[in-house]
Amino acid sequence: MSDLFFMVYVFVLAGFVGFELINKVPPTLHTPLMSGSNAISGITIVGALVASGALHATEHATLATVLGVFAVAFATINVVGGYLVTDRMLKMFKKKK
Amino acid sequence: MEIREIIISLFYLIASFLFIFGIKRLSSPATARMGNIYSAIGMLIAVVATLLNKNIVSFEYILLGIVVGSAIGAYMALKVAMTDMPQMVGLLNGFGGGASAFVALSEFYQKIGPDVAPDIKAAVAISISLLIGSVTFTGSLIAFGKLQGIVTGKVVKFPLQNQLNILLILALITLIVLAVIYPQEQIYYLTIIGISLLVGVLLVLPIGGADMPVAISLLNSYSGMAAAATGFVIDNNMLIIAGSLVGASGIILTNIMCKAMNRSLMNVLLGGWDNTASSSAVSGGKDVVIKSVDSEEAASIFDAASSVIVVPGYGMAVAQAQHAVKELMDVLEKRGISVKFAVHPVAGRMPGHMNILLAESNVPYDKLYALEDINDDFKTTDVSLVIGANDVVNPAARSNPESPIYGMPILNVDYSRTVIVVKRSMAAGYAGIDNDLFGLDNTFMYFGDAKDAITKLNNELKNM
Repeated sequence: MSDLFFMVYVFVLAGFVGFELINKVPPTLHTPLMSGSNAISGITIVGALVASGALHATEHATLATVLGVFAVAFATINVVGGYLVTDRMLKMFKKKK
Repeated sequence: MEIREIIISLFYLIASFLFIFGIKRLSSPATARMGNIYSAIGMLIAVVATLLNKNIVSFEYILLGIVVGSAIGAYMALKVAMTDMPQMVGLLNGFGGGASAFVALSEFYQKIGPDVAPDIKAAVAISISLLIGSVTFTGSLIAFGKLQGIVTGKVVKFPLQNQLNILLILALITLIVLAVIYPQEQIYYLTIIGISLLVGVLLVLPIGGADMPVAISLLNSYSGMAAAATGFVIDNNMLIIAGSLVGASGIILTNIMCKAMNRSLMNVLLGGWDNTASSSAVSGGKDVVIKSVDSEEAASIFDAASSVIVVPGYGMAVAQAQHAVKELMDVLEKRGISVKFAVHPVAGRMPGHMNILLAESNVPYDKLYALEDINDDFKTTDVSLVIGANDVVNPAARSNPESPIYGMPILNVDYSRTVIVVKRSMAAGYAGIDNDLFGLDNTFMYFGDAKDAITKLNNELKNM
């Protein structure tokens, strides 16, 4: 149970860091901020990799693996699409020559 | 802890650091691109570290998922038009949420068997992860559909809507309690998924087109929360950190969007302005006399000006007029006229929508001003050019306490010497009310599709 409390601590503190950081982002960058942070939420891929690649010993092992493969595909779309599209936007932002 | 686990944990720590550092760099246009790259490197490190996990025995399924996902993701990212960015982000949110739900469900099936079941903590984490992930998934698909024009962009209301929502939420709470008490029963978990998918649809369906900036921000927050919930499911602090960061980011943007419309989140979620307030009552029922100009007359107004502020709105995006607008800026600047852009926080269909379109057409970002930075400049400006914006420039928000949008921060274009409004027709804006601006003495309507109208104007100016 102490593990759970530790995780809640991490969650709350990371949230505060997020609030502090993102409050400083100017409106001009709100769209890339959104797609860029969205790419970060693709971090679920870490769970997906284990779910699809690990050997499961339970009776639903195949189902668990299949769900894992879907998770990997979805998370990868999120990660690859998110970072690429953010980069496409950010490279357009230019200052006056 | 064996050495392999220590190495993996260290990599996760580095990845978490890179996510935070990357977002920090996103706070200035000059460093933002590198920030995004730092964050992507963090993701790569996280993936590689995970593959070192000794529980991972087969890589062919992983490879399958990664190849398919990368191909789809890259194709979408490289093909999408800048004007369609709101749909794109909406869809990506959905994939993130869906991935979380899949991981949680897979985790559940790894944990149940004839004599095993998830413990309390796992049962709670899995249920919540399934809930948030599923809501995010269908909610994002509906948001995508609305922005793409597949699902109606109108506010959708039906009888007993709120009662139904409350009922579904109570059902979800009950199911989560049951899932925790009977963790070996898959029916509770599967029903949580089913109801959550429905809730996602019902949550976004009532939200009107112009309120999409709020919906997209909120779904962005959910996709982060879903990732954090997955972190609780698989006991991984890095997921919790990354998910919490994204969750916070979405909440902040949601809040900014709501403030920019002077409305509460509840009001937006429940379907927007009360459109039953008849528009004639709002504008006092007076007949508004409008003056319209053609491209030649508009050009002569610009010719006499020395300062211009352009106010872009969703109409500019729909007409793909951003390149014509950039050309107008060049033409005007060549004549020694100063040009600035005033961007309202909720202009367009997502936060920052106008900014990326203008960036695409090479308008330097230091010419784009936020509402609070430019609002005092209108009274010393010769011409304000409103392109496809409506409610965000309606002076009724400032002066008419009866108006549904009263109190909403607006761009004070009516304070400038002359206002030219480029608009396709006299149709009302999203709020469904008349715009007092159009009838003002110093306002001229320049009817037409934004792209055609601005292109014609450019040609007139070039021939002068």
